[in-house]
Amino acid sequence: MSELSNSSTDGNRTAPTGSSDIDHANPVAGAGSSAFEELPDAPPRRKIRFSIAGKIAMGVVAFWALMVVFGPTIAPYHEADFLDEALFIVPGSDDPYPQTDFQPPSGVAYLGTDYLGRDTLSRILYGARTTIGISLISTFLAYLVGVTLGIMAAIGGVVLDSILSRVNDAILSMPTIMLGLVVISAIGSTIPILIMLTGLIYASSVFRIARAFGLDIMVSDFVEAARVRGEGIWWIIGREILPNMIMPMATDFGLRFVYVILFISGLSFLGLGVQPPQSDWGSMVRENLSGLPYGAIAPLVPALAIATLTIAINMIVDDVSAHSGGKLAARMI
Amino acid sequence: MLMAAVLRRTAVGILTMLLVSILIFIGTSVLPGDVANIILGQMATPESLAELRSKLGLDRPAYIRYFMWLGDMATGDLGISKAGSGAATIGTPISELIAPRLTNTLRMTAIVAIIAIPLSLSLGLLAAMYPGSRLDRAITFTTLGLISVPEFLVATFLVLVLAVHMDLLPATAYISGRETGLKLLKALALPTLTLVIVASSQIMRMTRATVLNVLSSPYIEMAILKGVPRKRIILRHALFNAVGPIVNVIALNLAYLVSGVVIVETVFSYPGLAKLMVDAVQTRDLPLVQACAMIFCATYILLIFIADMASILSNPRLRHPK
Repeated sequence: MSELSNSSTDGNRTAPTGSSDIDHANPVAGAGSSAFEELPDAPPRRKIRFSIAGKIAMGVVAFWALMVVFGPTIAPYHEADFLDEALFIVPGSDDPYPQTDFQPPSGVAYLGTDYLGRDTLSRILYGARTTIGISLISTFLAYLVGVTLGIMAAIGGVVLDSILSRVNDAILSMPTIMLGLVVISAIGSTIPILIMLTGLIYASSVFRIARAFGLDIMVSDFVEAARVRGEGIWWIIGREILPNMIMPMATDFGLRFVYVILFISGLSFLGLGVQPPQSDWGSMVRENLSGLPYGAIAPLVPALAIATLTIAINMIVDDVSAHSGGKLAARMI
Repeated sequence: MLMAAVLRRTAVGILTMLLVSILIFIGTSVLPGDVANIILGQMATPESLAELRSKLGLDRPAYIRYFMWLGDMATGDLGISKAGSGAATIGTPISELIAPRLTNTLRMTAIVAIIAIPLSLSLGLLAAMYPGSRLDRAITFTTLGLISVPEFLVATFLVLVLAVHMDLLPATAYISGRETGLKLLKALALPTLTLVIVASSQIMRMTRATVLNVLSSPYIEMAILKGVPRKRIILRHALFNAVGPIVNVIALNLAYLVSGVVIVETVFSYPGLAKLMVDAVQTRDLPLVQACAMIFCATYILLIFIADMASILSNPRLRHPK
């Protein structure tokens, strides 16, 4: 009896075993004599234990999430504001027109100023919303398209599957940056185009994983059982396929999100992504590159902002996939 | 059987290349905004547009233009740069623009491969031989950090330290083609170093994972249980079985290097093929973009093909696809 009820859930999840990692001890089997309806619907999940690095990483991600919401509100200046020369007059000096560009950090601009004399901190805070917002929407779009087509390929028969897979292979066999460059050269770059383009490019890798999981789940015993019971195809998608895909796909979502951030900042860095005067971390690095020879920190700050976010996400993903036995990580390379 | 598997993969490779060429063609030709418009710009009148379009063959159906373009490309005629990146380059044959740039890019990536491959293989192997050791943890932690930051962070950081603060190397890698010896090496140093760091961390991680995977297989366990010395296990049992997957890893990572090359050539204004392509995208010189994209994608597919071959040759079970 307990065997049957366990098999309808993910085989990876073991019954609660306290803090020990013995997985052959099955407390549910011990209670086997009790009535069938007293068994829980699904065994409670094992809690993910995060390493210290993972906990710090979660703090970093939470910080940037807050900045996406409140960044522009707490920014000392507007992203497009040129700081007034009067702010930089050194007391006692008789120069009424001091330089405002590439200023080092000070009480006026906590992270210094950029090549046009704008406040770097404010631009980072505004840019958080642009960069993270665009990347997040693109990743969701990639998942929407990729998972839908992936499940269609997994259940839709050989012809549909091979057409979708061939086209997908062709897209995957181009470097992502090349696809980006080709499309942007033809239709230019606005934020909606950028989101659509990134979403579709990354949908192809999501498709591959979703299809693989879909095919795996479709031949499993519990789907067969559902079919024998006479469940419809929508029921099977909604109650068997999707719930069994969520955990592994969630870690992939994190990785994919990192790739999307790097892709979009890369395009912006090439001057082909988010266009000025809107601030975006990738284009901020590009604009301020000319200050590098003078040791200005303006190009380094946005690059470090990207790095903190992407490293943090990767560390969380590492912890989560270690929790699921590392099998996922191998699957996702 | 081996022949059949190789032929099958070759056919798939050629088919993929054709599909990619269709994608590139659709991407640049069917979408709104054609070359005639760009060339004439403000001076466009309906008559002059129509005349130029028929001269360039733009008035024919898309599929005919595709085959004309493909035929030209196959015979080495890459067409003429139509928008031009500056007045002087309008009407220059694309092959003349590309040739010197391609040499520059190939020279840089060859140096990167020569340095990065032995370095990352040995470090990856070391990390895999002593998993959990301090060395292993240092390597995995550093490489995780390096692969999750953008290439331009590595590049700007290196410029700041090596060019600005220590004043050892030039901050840009502009070369005119006449430099030789030390001067050329100095100009190439920073872009090469950036790419070596980016590529090595990927190869190190994947080598480590591959070797660990081999080391956890039943026949290694068997060798340990029957008392084979550790050195002999690694050199006689594990290494031969890891060669195929490792060649696979190297080829894949050289393929991933494409996007790194695009960023690095831009950071250092290195006159390579990728810089040419980025400039062409900015001036919307579609024929030039098409030609560059085809070269990059063909290289990428070729490397992935090599990676595929390596795994087939090393694992007989892959020769008989189910």
